Amino acid sequence: MNNFLYRHRFLIGRRFTQIFVMVLYFGANAYGWSIVKGDLSSSVIFGFIPLSDPYVVLQMFFGGALISVDILLGVLVILFVYGIIGGRFFCSWVCPVNIITETATYFRKKLGLQKKEKALTFSRNIRYWVIGISLILSFIFSIAAFDMISPIGIAHRGIIYGFGFGWTFLVAIFLFDLLSQKYGWCGHICPLGGFNSIIGKYSLVKVVHDSDKCLYSMACFDVCPEVQILDMVGMRSKAITGSGCIKCGQCIESCINDAFHVSVVSLAKQLKG
Amino acid sequence: MDKLSNPKRRSFLQNILQGIGYSAFGVIAWSAYLSQSQANNLILRPPGAINEKDFVLKCIRCGMCVAACPFDVLKLATISDEISIGTPYFEPRKEACHLCPDAPCTSTCPTDTLDLNLISKDSKLDINSARMGLATINTKTCLAYLGLQCTMCIRACPLADTAIVLKNERNPRTDMHAFLKPVVDPDYCTGCGMCEHACPTKVASIKVLPLAISQGDRGSYYVVGWKKEDEQRLEHGPAEIKVERTKRNEKSALDNVNDVDGILKGLYDE
Repeated sequence: MNNFLYRHRFLIGRRFTQIFVMVLYFGANAYGWSIVKGDLSSSVIFGFIPLSDPYVVLQMFFGGALISVDILLGVLVILFVYGIIGGRFFCSWVCPVNIITETATYFRKKLGLQKKEKALTFSRNIRYWVIGISLILSFIFSIAAFDMISPIGIAHRGIIYGFGFGWTFLVAIFLFDLLSQKYGWCGHICPLGGFNSIIGKYSLVKVVHDSDKCLYSMACFDVCPEVQILDMVGMRSKAITGSGCIKCGQCIESCINDAFHVSVVSLAKQLKG
Repeated sequence: MDKLSNPKRRSFLQNILQGIGYSAFGVIAWSAYLSQSQANNLILRPPGAINEKDFVLKCIRCGMCVAACPFDVLKLATISDEISIGTPYFEPRKEACHLCPDAPCTSTCPTDTLDLNLISKDSKLDINSARMGLATINTKTCLAYLGLQCTMCIRACPLADTAIVLKNERNPRTDMHAFLKPVVDPDYCTGCGMCEHACPTKVASIKVLPLAISQGDRGSYYVVGWKKEDEQRLEHGPAEIKVERTKRNEKSALDNVNDVDGILKGLYDE
């Protein structure tokens, strides 16, 4: 049992954080708790620390909105935090869609569906294109374009304030990730993930690989949602600096010889490679 | 090597064109949804809301106003509400705005989409200066206009006798009763919707409509001559009011009326 808990320590931690954050938001609306109010677009911690999603605010800016000081401060706080621990930390530790996509991937493996992967493949760069298109559409329509269709927004607002028919989006993501493309939404299309990747490119907290310990089991490749970042595995000991890393810790859990660990890596070291 | 036959360059360009082809479908569907979501103007927003077009842009969809509403009047639009997703709104027939004097919804807004300045008078918060909409009465279905004594709307109105007043009229049918007809004064109606919520007819006979729909606008062409300030607009008013001086109106209107000969002469001249 202890071994099981240890083997899934990151998964348990992440699920706990994801649910805990959503419970806090939900309680703020339903019972008037004041620990964190709002939602993942913009919120306030303890009534005075503002948080705002930089991607949404950038879209609003392209739409022509004057950004208020509260929101700008919130953006700075988020940029600071993501700059240190990594932007895609959000994806695996906070975002509720992550639970859907990982559940889909679990069943994809259990049902042996991943062997059909070659039928249709999507580029992982789609997300950056979606960022560009969303900013252009925001400019044309004077509205935060991605925010209007964002499954992340639908999911967290749904949990906090009620879903409507929004759950159909989440079912669509589940089916897409289950049947069509492994980590299809989060790993290929989601522009928020792409945006957070850019913000956290040089974050200080990184997963570090020790190639001396690598047993070439390829277990990490099997679990990693962003396999392109594992290019050094078994060959070089270095930090995983690929911006796609969502800090989910699945590689650490999967490795039987502990060839991965989390560490603080200085900017100079990262740039040297 | 010839530029056109460079295979790398060719495949790069082809990849980009392919991407554009794929994304065309998505972008068109996305654009259609975006323009649709801005089309609805029948929505009632919380007090202090800026105009609808700026509202859907500036609102960051955090829902803090909804959480702040102590009476659970405000709701956050979901994808099935035909309202710009994630924005706050209320439906008076279900639950009307209670006009909290401290406006917790407006004051919690981080983006000033709900602007305290719009519900302030002399830089002091005055919730009664909110203009969320305007109550309009269908006199064909209103019970009071039928001759029954109803008064539900005026009893519910937080600004009774100012925003809604009762007009007494003789009822010629019975010749011994009075009509007590409710009339809305647009100068005072906040659009809170208490009247619509209280109206006893099957479908409310008094309804709050957003100002963009319910409010008329005279334009600047009509000058109310018996009001001094309005009359002054003729002298040094906005640019669109211009009185062209011709032979006929070189004198004041009053002089012209009294000068019968002048009028006749003017007519003959033309």
